[in-house]
Amino acid sequence: MIGTNAKLAGGLVLALLSSVALAAGGDLGQAEKQATNWTAILMFAAFVAGTLYITKWAAAKTKSAADFYTGGGGITGFQNGLAIAGDYMSAASFLGISAAVMASGYDGLIYSIGFLVGWPVITFLMAERLRNLGKFTFADVAAYRFQQTPIRAFAASGTLVVVAFYLIAQMVGAGQLIKLLFGLEYWMAVVIVGALMMIYVLFGGMTATTWVQIIKACLLLAGASFMAFMVLLNYGFSPEALFADAVRVKTEVSAATGKTALEASTVGQAIMGPGSFIKDPISAISFGMALMFGTAGLPHILMRFFTVPDAKEARKSVFWATTWIGYFYVLTFIIGFGAIVLVSTNPTFLDAKGGLIGGSNMAAIHLANAVGGNVFLGFISAVAFATILAVVAGLTLSGASAVSHDLYATVFKKGKADSASELKVSRITTLVLGAIAVVLGIAFEKQNIAFMVSLAFAIAASANFPVLFMSVLWKDCTTRGATIGGFLGLITAVVLTVVSPSVWEVTLGNPKGSALFPYASPALFSMAAGFIGIWLFSILDNSARAKEDRAGYMAQKVRSETGIGAASASAH
Amino acid sequence: MENDMATKIAANPKYQKLVRTRSSFGWILTAIMMFVYYGYIALIAFNKESLAARLGEGVMTVGIPVGFGVIVFTILITGFYVRRANSEFDQLTREIVEEAGK
Repeated sequence: MIGTNAKLAGGLVLALLSSVALAAGGDLGQAEKQATNWTAILMFAAFVAGTLYITKWAAAKTKSAADFYTGGGGITGFQNGLAIAGDYMSAASFLGISAAVMASGYDGLIYSIGFLVGWPVITFLMAERLRNLGKFTFADVAAYRFQQTPIRAFAASGTLVVVAFYLIAQMVGAGQLIKLLFGLEYWMAVVIVGALMMIYVLFGGMTATTWVQIIKACLLLAGASFMAFMVLLNYGFSPEALFADAVRVKTEVSAATGKTALEASTVGQAIMGPGSFIKDPISAISFGMALMFGTAGLPHILMRFFTVPDAKEARKSVFWATTWIGYFYVLTFIIGFGAIVLVSTNPTFLDAKGGLIGGSNMAAIHLANAVGGNVFLGFISAVAFATILAVVAGLTLSGASAVSHDLYATVFKKGKADSASELKVSRITTLVLGAIAVVLGIAFEKQNIAFMVSLAFAIAASANFPVLFMSVLWKDCTTRGATIGGFLGLITAVVLTVVSPSVWEVTLGNPKGSALFPYASPALFSMAAGFIGIWLFSILDNSARAKEDRAGYMAQKVRSETGIGAASASAH
Repeated sequence: MENDMATKIAANPKYQKLVRTRSSFGWILTAIMMFVYYGYIALIAFNKESLAARLGEGVMTVGIPVGFGVIVFTILITGFYVRRANSEFDQLTREIVEEAGK
């Protein structure tokens, strides 16, 4: 959820938005169980019925390993753009960012912009090259001219580590969310998510996963658009009127705590400008780099570039994804301000202490009730839960592909596995990953896992991205350099995260100020470790293999630029 | 792909033109995007007041249009690249592929 993608990288949130009790990102924090909400459950059941029907249709089309990994390569750029946006617009981004905007106004906007700016860079430098070189997984691209075994082993590790942290964050988020939204038990959510996700992926492969994601993206965009529309309607579509009213509410709330009129109006106006989100420039830049380049290293996002027929559609996908994601962040900003004026002033939504019923992440949910009544509340709750399901399915699919395509078919069978046995291995892996996700989801119920999504982003930016980038764009990169540098980036990202304040102090409970690494995100340093490692171990590499690696660059470059030879990859 | 075919394509002036134009276009746009985003972040880190300054009589601040401007700019610059790549660059690529087939 949380987390989905991204979105809310919880650790970041904890470290950077500490003033906001926004356990947003990878984490909704501990939620209180609410009364059972039958409208929401029925709407969710309708979503499940619809998606299972699609899975049945997709299953008939999923005959080969290629169908399983890429849906046969027949998804259009527009559809794929929606699916990518769906991967990225998590329940966490929806609930977390709108809650952050409600709590601190402008800072929520700064936070969401960070998630958007990686997309143009992916478009300019990576998208078409990925499509031209790759087949099923990003390791196909990274290992194109290298010795297969070491690079595939590295890429599978990078994929599985990223997927594992992400999955845990999602599962825990699902459990917390179901208590909030449906009023059901935590374990039920984890089991429901695990079971449905396995059905989608096992039977429908990439086709079902993509369509589940597209449907959810449309529902979420429609629901959020309606909410933003209703909020603006209240103010005659004048943003100034909305903002002025929000400032007035914040000022009155502050005045009620005994502040002088002047202090209170300063507090009120503070939501219109940057607050405490960015404390020191190093954290800000490091965090920005994790978001910008992490996006270009997330295995479940990269995999989506292989579902379209050619480079042209790959570019269209990113354009549409960027457009929808940008639009979505504009909506969440309006929704957050709507929550200030319509939710925080309405006693129906407040508990005895004046906080939101169910916790601060409920801002958008209560707003749904305020603008659309109980039925719309049920709709938004169902969409929020469907969101987790769709993201988890995509993650599992990319983890299963890393095991069956990179490890089993390429490393273990030396590229001689037949499609049927490869497909069988992906399905077994899906079952195993699903079971692990359920067990870990339950095991981590009470843990503070806010750092997990930010860690997944940092690893993607520091290990997967540098290897991909250097292997595609730097002639002298070698197998040895890419493998060692990639692992260096991975290890640095994990170690620095463990000794950073959000894990060392918040999760592990060490005293405040004892963390060895003071910044919110390791990306600035771990990306440097990855890139320098690749560079250094490549130029020092004089082996016979290194000569072959370098000699293979020209053919790789011609294919990456022109796509000659790539068409067959998707023409199943 | 056969290596001699790759060599043949690499020697095609159209291929060289494609690689040169597209890669410099991509890198320039990347630099512009990085400048815009990190410029925005630097402004927040070093000069918060400039963004918190009010635009007029009301509560609207400079930061709101600037922030939304970054979002819109991100979408536009992506569209700008995709448009050129999907017409001009793809046309060149098609010609290169055809000539390679001869």
